[in-house]
Amino acid sequence: MIAVVMGTLMSHWRKRPLQLVLLLLGLSLATALWSGVQAINAEARAAYADAAGLLARDRLDRLVGENEAPIAPARFAELRRAGWAVSPVVEGYHAPSGLSLVGIDPLTMPAGATPVGQDDGPGIAAVLAPEGLLIVNPQTADRLKDAELPPLFAVEGLPPMTAIGDIGLVQRLLDQPGLISHLVIDPDAPPGLMALAELAPELDRVSPEGDGDLARLTDSFHLNLTAFGALAFVVGLFIAHAVIGLVFEQRRATLRTLRALGVSMRVMVGMLLVELGLLALVAGIGGVALGYLVAAALLPDVAGSLRGLYGAEVSGTLSLRPGWVLAALGLTLAGTLAAAGIALWQSATMPVLAPAMPRAWARTSAKKLAWQGATGGLLLLLAGVLSLLDVGLVAAFALLASLLVGAALILPLAMSAIVTRFARQKGGPVRQWFWADTAQQVPGLSLALMALLLALVSNIGVGTMVASFRQTFTGWLDQRLASELYLNTRSSAETAAILDWVTPRVDAVLPIWSVSGTLNGLPGEVFGVADHATYRDNWPLLDAVPDVWDRVASGEVALVNEQLARRTDLAVGDQVALPGGSLPVGGIYSDYGNPKPQVLVGLALFDSRFPDVPHLRYGLRIAPEKAAALGQEITARYDLPAGSVIGQADIKAYSLDVFESTFAVTDALNILTLGVATVALFASLLTLAEMRLPQLAPLWALGLTRRRLAGIELVRIVVLAALVLILAIPLGLALAWALVARLNVAAFGWQLPMGLFPGDWLWLAVTALPAAALAALWPALRLARMPPAALLRMFANERG
Amino acid sequence: MNAARRFVLAGLASAFAAPACAQGFAGLGAAANGFALPDPAGRFDFPSDHGAHDAFRIEWWYLTASLTGADGASYGIQWTLFRTALNPGGGDGWDSPTLWMGHAALTTATAHHVAERLARGGVGQAGVAAVPFQAWIDEWAMTSLAGPADDVLDRLSLTARGRDFGYDLILQATGPVVAHGKDGYSVKSRDGHASHYYSQPFYQVAGRINLPSGPVEVTGQGWLDREWSSQPLSDQQTGWDWLSLVLEDGTRLMGYRMRDTRGDYTSASWILPDGTLEALPEGALVMTPLRTARVADRDIPVDWQIDLPAKGLSITVTPLNDAAWMATTVPYWEGPVFATGTHPGRGYLEMTGY
Repeated sequence: MIAVVMGTLMSHWRKRPLQLVLLLLGLSLATALWSGVQAINAEARAAYADAAGLLARDRLDRLVGENEAPIAPARFAELRRAGWAVSPVVEGYHAPSGLSLVGIDPLTMPAGATPVGQDDGPGIAAVLAPEGLLIVNPQTADRLKDAELPPLFAVEGLPPMTAIGDIGLVQRLLDQPGLISHLVIDPDAPPGLMALAELAPELDRVSPEGDGDLARLTDSFHLNLTAFGALAFVVGLFIAHAVIGLVFEQRRATLRTLRALGVSMRVMVGMLLVELGLLALVAGIGGVALGYLVAAALLPDVAGSLRGLYGAEVSGTLSLRPGWVLAALGLTLAGTLAAAGIALWQSATMPVLAPAMPRAWARTSAKKLAWQGATGGLLLLLAGVLSLLDVGLVAAFALLASLLVGAALILPLAMSAIVTRFARQKGGPVRQWFWADTAQQVPGLSLALMALLLALVSNIGVGTMVASFRQTFTGWLDQRLASELYLNTRSSAETAAILDWVTPRVDAVLPIWSVSGTLNGLPGEVFGVADHATYRDNWPLLDAVPDVWDRVASGEVALVNEQLARRTDLAVGDQVALPGGSLPVGGIYSDYGNPKPQVLVGLALFDSRFPDVPHLRYGLRIAPEKAAALGQEITARYDLPAGSVIGQADIKAYSLDVFESTFAVTDALNILTLGVATVALFASLLTLAEMRLPQLAPLWALGLTRRRLAGIELVRIVVLAALVLILAIPLGLALAWALVARLNVAAFGWQLPMGLFPGDWLWLAVTALPAAALAALWPALRLARMPPAALLRMFANERG
Repeated sequence: MNAARRFVLAGLASAFAAPACAQGFAGLGAAANGFALPDPAGRFDFPSDHGAHDAFRIEWWYLTASLTGADGASYGIQWTLFRTALNPGGGDGWDSPTLWMGHAALTTATAHHVAERLARGGVGQAGVAAVPFQAWIDEWAMTSLAGPADDVLDRLSLTARGRDFGYDLILQATGPVVAHGKDGYSVKSRDGHASHYYSQPFYQVAGRINLPSGPVEVTGQGWLDREWSSQPLSDQQTGWDWLSLVLEDGTRLMGYRMRDTRGDYTSASWILPDGTLEALPEGALVMTPLRTARVADRDIPVDWQIDLPAKGLSITVTPLNDAAWMATTVPYWEGPVFATGTHPGRGYLEMTGY
């Protein structure tokens, strides 16, 4: 009997394959976008964990030189002989291979901090052997298999393009004999016999970075992606909900018959659940595959922006994690049950002899709409309250969520009000009927229209934010990158030689010297700047005291970047704690794209506080047309490695590249969300088209041709979509404001001026309205070609 | 031959690379490519021979002491520094081919505390200087306190510590340094494998040990072994059992049994209180296991019957603590023992290759 019941249920899908396709598509899309985003996040988080776990950075204390100066080679043995269980680490960039090299001493490195001596790692002897080896992850090993390097040993769990080797080998590869970058301290060893402050006063003990700065820094970025994934998931479920509701309604007669034939309620509900489970499984597998493709396609861009924004190394290749697949399938199942919940419950409690009433199903009661609208209003109110507060990332996301959900919930009520208003206007009978019928249809289309609204609002909001950002960022780059050439040298001696030669050939030489240090308690960088018109004319100051550049030059005040000012609540006139003593804040400047706190001080003050910092970076002012030639000449004359002299245009291009790849992901998700919303609209229209025949048949009988009716249906959808678009614009701008003024500040530490870009809205209209028309086209065409007999039959039907 | 024992460990480099038994214990049977070989005609030259012999592959400074606490309890300590060269060529700084390994242990009747330190040569973290004499790795050190007229080893300070123990001791020699085998040329197999081997077996020890329960003042007797070679074991030898005893009449006995797949090889030195050493021929010493204990998942013969008929010696040796297992990079058993029978006394037993 079970087989018969199942067969009967399944026969529905054979009769209406399009519904099956739509249902699977809705569920798959929901799963795909959500799980795609999750896959990207998982890949990035794994990379952060690898980076934090490298040399057990997340649990070992370190001894570092002041301003990250190298550690005197003799210090290591002195500290060991004083009983401190320290182990040396040398780090450096190996230009020929592009590897970040990490040199360790396997004999003193705390157990478990490196793969050396572990089950899957090389033995100590192999690491210490004369030819040595470099430990890399398998992808890096594969990439470098033809490089001229010591033998590579592949181990999972290392960050990409990072190699661990013996300290002696790494010092040789870096051509830095004796160099020690920092020392790590074995946490399990007893403390030394003498205080570190006495033994090595020039070294600072730094505690572990915890779970990794990267994870914290990039949190907001991933939260952004997650929000998009969740939005797409919800929109996908709208589709599933629309289809499942119709299917259950259409099958009422079948279910009733089965019940009348003696199938127990338990068996029937069980069968329905099995059916839903199977559908969810098929859709889930499709969604996972699709999600994997989405993630694989987006990951390189994500990796690019993470590298550019945060310096986080994330591999551009996606690995398939079983946990992720299972989570995605579970989510599809849960989503299917949620989408089918009401329909399933109604079927389960249906009286055996209840008639099918698809029309009634589609009509949402005015009371329900009012409740929904009230909830939406409350959420919008909440959004308003939240927008007045300025309390961090979670509040910023709560603001976004209440804004979007509130707007979606209130939409049907607002649409009804607008359309009813039109319906009251005088006009021909067809026009009157058009508006009245549209008003009647709004509840049935409400879910699809809500999906469309969400997609449009997020498009406008995110688009406005990105465009504002681009505008500001480009302008800021122009100001900030005032020098025509930027020079990076390898040693102070090389610098001196180049400057001797270059100084008479340029308009100005502007030192750009910097040290790492603790700024108001946060790790950041201090820059020394020359007193030059370049800064006076161009530097992007947000706020400053009068004569700020004179006072910076005299060493009276410091300039802080917006990130530092916001994170430690600094205003002009406050004191900022710097290495060597605090200074009053003379000004705050915008510093987009830099996650770290930064301070500028006058060159003289910088030199007196940090006399040992090597002078390696300079900006050169020269007539722009001569810049490229001079850059090439310096490089050739002093045999400098590529990248030592960089032109302004190159840096700008690179910066904009990073910018574009950051928002490429956002753009892609935006377009996908709009696509999903269009499918949702299509699914709803298809559902309604069948149910609306009883209402259209009398009009046909009154003399409206099928073509005309179909045309009216098409126009109706475009009008509705246009109304939604008009409503979406102010909401989108509110969203953009929330993103710019709240989320960005919380996530990145900077605020942008927000611009308006009506051209973009026009472009959205040109995309979205045809998309809506396309969604309505097929149902309209079916109506236009419907055999008159089908329309006639309506009058014979019980529902007529 | 503490030595042998010591050999043991000595195979630091090879030991890291190869399973312990592939080429004798701890790789000590490996060929001596490019390294110097012990010379039967060689004679010790002090104090320079107290320092390191870089031409040889392996070498150690190995000190054990049987102690009695102010609390009346028996204790034992071990302090060892092993030197191994990965290759005979030189290299500076971090490229030095020399590896150093320090082992320290403190044994009580109920506990055996072990610590290990590793270092490479060339950067000052570990090393041995002949004059003024010091052997060190990290904060562990064996430092000469001897006057200018004395042998540098006559008076030493000795310190080491681990996570849960430590000791600071002063060692005063009451007799001369003695050379084993033939003028210090000590044969280890019938194939002629040998090492240079001398001892200072006459230390009076005083100082303090630190236990988890607190410090204890101790006194006792200590024994220093010095040995270097490039290939001390034949590849048929799987390990050894080595013993040093201070007998109640003031005589010292050093004896070992090299376990060989072709038949064991034994050797012994009978050292009178004035420092006169008699090297007994192969086979004179008979070592017979009496009882095994389950230690570190292996069966270790911890009680021994020791017979040296030439000297009328027949004793039973039992450990202070069965579980004196050195869970170090190259693991072995080493702990204080008591002798009962014709010649009662105290000393140290070392067993490798189990």
